[in-house]
Amino acid sequence: MMNNISTTMTTTPTKAPAMNEPKISARNVQVYYGEKHAIKDVNIDIRPRSVTAFIGPSGCGKSTFLRCINRMNDTIANCRVEGNISIDSENIYDPKVDPVQLRAKVGMVFQKPNPFPKSIYENVAYGPRIHGLARKKSELDDIVSSALQKAGLWGEVKDRLDSPGTGLSGGQQQRLCIARAVAVSPEVILMDEPCSALDPIATAKVEELIHELRENFTIVIVTHSMQQAARVSQRTAMFHLGNLVEENDTDKMFTNPDDQRTQDYIMGRFG
Amino acid sequence: MDVGFIILILAVLAALGHVVGRRRALALAAKSGVKLHSLPGYYGQTVALFTAVPAFVVLVAWLFVQPGIVESRVSGMIPDSVIPEGGARSLVMSDVRRIAGGLDAVLARDGQRGADVPIEALDFNNIRGRLAEVGVALGGDVPSEVFEAAKAFRENSRTGNLMMTVVVLAVAVVLGMLAYRRIEPELRARNISESFVKSLLLGASLVAILTTIGIVGSLIVETFEFFQRYPAQDFFFSTVWNPQFRGGSDLGILPLLWGTFYVSIISLIVAVPLGLLIAVYLSEYAGPATRGIVKPAIEVLAGIPTIVYGLFALVTVGPFLRDWLAQPLGLGTSSSSVLTAGLVMGIMIIPFVSSLSDDIINAVPQALRDGSYGLGATQSETIRQVVLPAALPGIVGAILLAASRAIGETMIVVLGAGAAAKLDLNPFEAMTTVTVKIVSQLTGDTEFGSPETLVAFALGLTLFVITLGLNVLALYIVRKYREQYE
Repeated sequence: MMNNISTTMTTTPTKAPAMNEPKISARNVQVYYGEKHAIKDVNIDIRPRSVTAFIGPSGCGKSTFLRCINRMNDTIANCRVEGNISIDSENIYDPKVDPVQLRAKVGMVFQKPNPFPKSIYENVAYGPRIHGLARKKSELDDIVSSALQKAGLWGEVKDRLDSPGTGLSGGQQQRLCIARAVAVSPEVILMDEPCSALDPIATAKVEELIHELRENFTIVIVTHSMQQAARVSQRTAMFHLGNLVEENDTDKMFTNPDDQRTQDYIMGRFG
Repeated sequence: MDVGFIILILAVLAALGHVVGRRRALALAAKSGVKLHSLPGYYGQTVALFTAVPAFVVLVAWLFVQPGIVESRVSGMIPDSVIPEGGARSLVMSDVRRIAGGLDAVLARDGQRGADVPIEALDFNNIRGRLAEVGVALGGDVPSEVFEAAKAFRENSRTGNLMMTVVVLAVAVVLGMLAYRRIEPELRARNISESFVKSLLLGASLVAILTTIGIVGSLIVETFEFFQRYPAQDFFFSTVWNPQFRGGSDLGILPLLWGTFYVSIISLIVAVPLGLLIAVYLSEYAGPATRGIVKPAIEVLAGIPTIVYGLFALVTVGPFLRDWLAQPLGLGTSSSSVLTAGLVMGIMIIPFVSSLSDDIINAVPQALRDGSYGLGATQSETIRQVVLPAALPGIVGAILLAASRAIGETMIVVLGAGAAAKLDLNPFEAMTTVTVKIVSQLTGDTEFGSPETLVAFALGLTLFVITLGLNVLALYIVRKYREQYE
């Protein structure tokens, strides 16, 4: 394990000075589901305002690790997390941290689009409302329209903000969920296979959107599609059997990975 | 022939048809070398179905139609002179039926004694005594016309039965043979038995629908009778309910409707908040162990007979409310009150609200909760703003089901709220509901043709229309606000 980290450390090229300080850093993270050891001693640094992709075969723990970053695993009864994850050098597993507040800072987009059974407007306004981000109706309107614009959905829905969010197409629903997450002004957005339920055209739109969101947000995306990881991310982390196998620049990862297992997975020999 | 025996024969014929049909299909396939379209069993099934099902349908139809025909034929034989004054032809006809049955018994007994007496030999003398010997008691002496009618009734029924046996068995045999002849390897036997299954299912749902139509139809007919004898505007708009045995009653429905609504609303005020809170606790907060104990424990409430609730209302809740609330506040001295019945009924319908709502809340996809948590919502925010709105149509359905249960409840009201029809706002007054009055008007020694009795049907129909309206409203709400999760 330590070996892995040192590999990671040494192969991490130093870029712009602003990139030096990691947004998220995980140290010795272990996750157990009851007796099952799902994540084994993971150490990783995630850079601000960039896209980091988690890849790996099914059941490798990449989604589990993703859900540790906003403590979504707290909602699962027998799940236990050990180790240290800090965002902006603040340990999010510190007892003083309120997971509810944390999740306002670390938004999440799920595998299947899950708009609330409310209007499009109410879907986006939900987060700002519960966090009291707007004092007046006009402020809320502004937040909603700007979030929908950032999610590239404004043009398609601006005339029917009152119609139900569940009436949109799958791709639009997923962009609505992204708008919903963006509306709370998080710093980090976690995406758990956001395109796995979408058709190729909708996928292309969401990928384009991820590309644009990178300017303002730190994005971590779990994906099964190697092409997607290659297209949208700057850094890629490969998980296997609960271990972080390799973390590297995406370009290097897909051309000349350091680890044989990464090589095998990318070449389609397992997974 | 006995109906049970006919059915037995049909079953045997069907089984036989199955065996020979299957055998014929196999034999034909072997001979011609053509592959069977369906499994051999399906060919047997088509023969069995064609043998049994149409014949059975004919049998059932015959059993429904025959008594009516026989009765109308015999009824013509009875002259008006033998109908006692003030009585009805239907009463005489029931005598006819009993005598006819008695004659059978007499003949059967004589047959056992070895004396083979033909029906013609049964004379009119002392028929009452002889019938009494076989356990058929008659109220008075039998006029000879009635006796003749009874003999004719018996004859007609016998011929009818014989014809029925012949026709049913003929249908079974002929159709069975036809089905047998039709068998060939290309016959789509599987599709035929499939369509039989389909019509069977359709028939099952028709039974339910036709029963409903029948109930409503009989209600409407009797209600119509009632409105012939009692003015409709008095029934619907009079505020006095005061039935008299000697006629001249006031039969205004308003006090009863008011009682019904008052009691139901109090019970819903008790049951809906409690039930919903229970449902939210069970589905969102309780661990599996707690849930496994609490949910069945609450459902026990639904299994308690309503008469037991009624006793509870009468013996415990009523006196308690009177002594601790009504009398100190100077609002009443009666231990039966709307509040008593409402409270107890509310407790009774808690499980309707809580159990159904719990199921509905559980059906809200976890993905929605995750989405809300992912935005930084707390558990209670998630429940209030995401889970409950998503479950709302189902919850409304649960509440309306509970409401219709409350409106139809009788026993708790009788014992808890009393039987006095009153229009009053004071919840400590005794009042009564529509269902209670239906019972009290139909029981007792009142003449069936009087408005005092027939009003029960008008009340029943009104209640039916109200609950139907509630159900339609519920459907409308559920449709309008239904959310697709997928």
